[in-house]
Amino acid sequence: MFFTAMNRLVMAIALSVLSAFTWADQPLRIAAASDLRYALDDIVAAYRIAHPGAAINVIYGSSGKMTTQIINGAPYDVFFSADISFPEQLAREGLTVTKPTVYAIGRIVLWSNTLNALDLTLADLASDQIERVAIAQPAHAPYGMRAHEALQSADVWETVQPKLVFGENIAQTAQMTRSGAADVGIIALSLALFPEMAKHNHKLIDRSLHQPLTQGFVVTRNAADNPEAKAFADFMGTKQARNIMTRYGFVLPE
Amino acid sequence: MGALGPAEWQAIDVTVRLCLYTTLILMLLATPIAWWLAHSRSRFKVVVQSVVALPLVLPPTVLGFYLLIALGPRGLIGGSLEQLGLNHLAFSFEGILIASVIYSLPFAVQPLTEAFRNIGRRPVEVASSLGAGALDRFRTVIFPLSRGGYIVAATLTFAHTLGEFGVILMLGGSIPGETRVLSVLIYDHAEAMNYEAAHSLSLMILVFAFFTLFAVYSMNRRFGVSRV
Repeated sequence: MFFTAMNRLVMAIALSVLSAFTWADQPLRIAAASDLRYALDDIVAAYRIAHPGAAINVIYGSSGKMTTQIINGAPYDVFFSADISFPEQLAREGLTVTKPTVYAIGRIVLWSNTLNALDLTLADLASDQIERVAIAQPAHAPYGMRAHEALQSADVWETVQPKLVFGENIAQTAQMTRSGAADVGIIALSLALFPEMAKHNHKLIDRSLHQPLTQGFVVTRNAADNPEAKAFADFMGTKQARNIMTRYGFVLPE
Repeated sequence: MGALGPAEWQAIDVTVRLCLYTTLILMLLATPIAWWLAHSRSRFKVVVQSVVALPLVLPPTVLGFYLLIALGPRGLIGGSLEQLGLNHLAFSFEGILIASVIYSLPFAVQPLTEAFRNIGRRPVEVASSLGAGALDRFRTVIFPLSRGGYIVAATLTFAHTLGEFGVILMLGGSIPGETRVLSVLIYDHAEAMNYEAAHSLSLMILVFAFFTLFAVYSMNRRFGVSRV
């Protein structure tokens, strides 16, 4: 009896492995930087209304990590990065089918769950009242790189560095700050404008203090003959999508 | 506890399939390894024992890192598959299945080794002298005598695979319906500040894990006493 059961299960495994190689209709997979977590959810919802029946999955993470995943063969069709240098890197490696296109300029803000961010400056982060400051991991998250640059420009990097806690991506950084685990976070404006977060004030960080967050997207080689990928890329240029992006504080090209 | 949405059901489906297949594959794979470990007097035994136990002490990131490199399109295994016209295994269900089999190996091998050691060589030798073939000996002698060990090994393997996170995150990403298991979905919900969904899934896993362990320890007592 044991063996008949085993045989049946081995068959089931063989079949499911087989079906994995032959499936045709898979959803469009979008890899997106975490600053888009709420804006892109809204855009996908709007796209679904315009294209009923469209199957789309969005996976969020840091742009650097997504890039590494795509290089290692992750099956993403469209990649929305928080910094255009990552899609450009993929293009150089021959992993894309469209030219990297700028879709928005991001901004960084100061945000706090316990303090009024409007009263804060970057210089205040050096003060003793503030024990923990959250930023995204500068090694692979563009918002972390820009936070690093802003802290350097404001001449407080050396004093703030021992207080830093690093989020794996900018959404996690926002979550660390929202939980109160960090007194202040340097997060994306687009996340500070999410209703849950917008209950607290935010303070824009002067854009002259850091390199611009020029955000770019690209269609990957994985989607070479996927019309849905192109349709979604086109949809990003529509007034509807642009309005949503503006609502989340993004500055748009053109 | 909030109602479960389609994303949650999809993650449950992926998780249960992963746990089931991992358990089945490991029961087949661990049986010969455990038998050899239980009865061999080879000096390589300690080496094999150490290799089998490695996932217990290695950070999941080490395993995830090596597997990502090996199974990806530029890796030894993934690259060879691509050359054969097949898909590489990184960021796929098959990939995280391989990872789970390696990651849960000690949880299958150790209870079985223990069970086989308790049987001893004698019943098998007697069956052999009565003319039973290898498969026959396993089916009629070894398996019935070590049933408790199999139940414990299978339950622990299933539960440990359910608790997997780091390896899957590194090797699988978080692809819905493919590699987004429950633990990864909870991580995602927490990051999206969707605490309600994170709560209900976490509670579900907590309760399930408790009852699984409760069952394992109860069986351990029962079979531990009545074992031949």
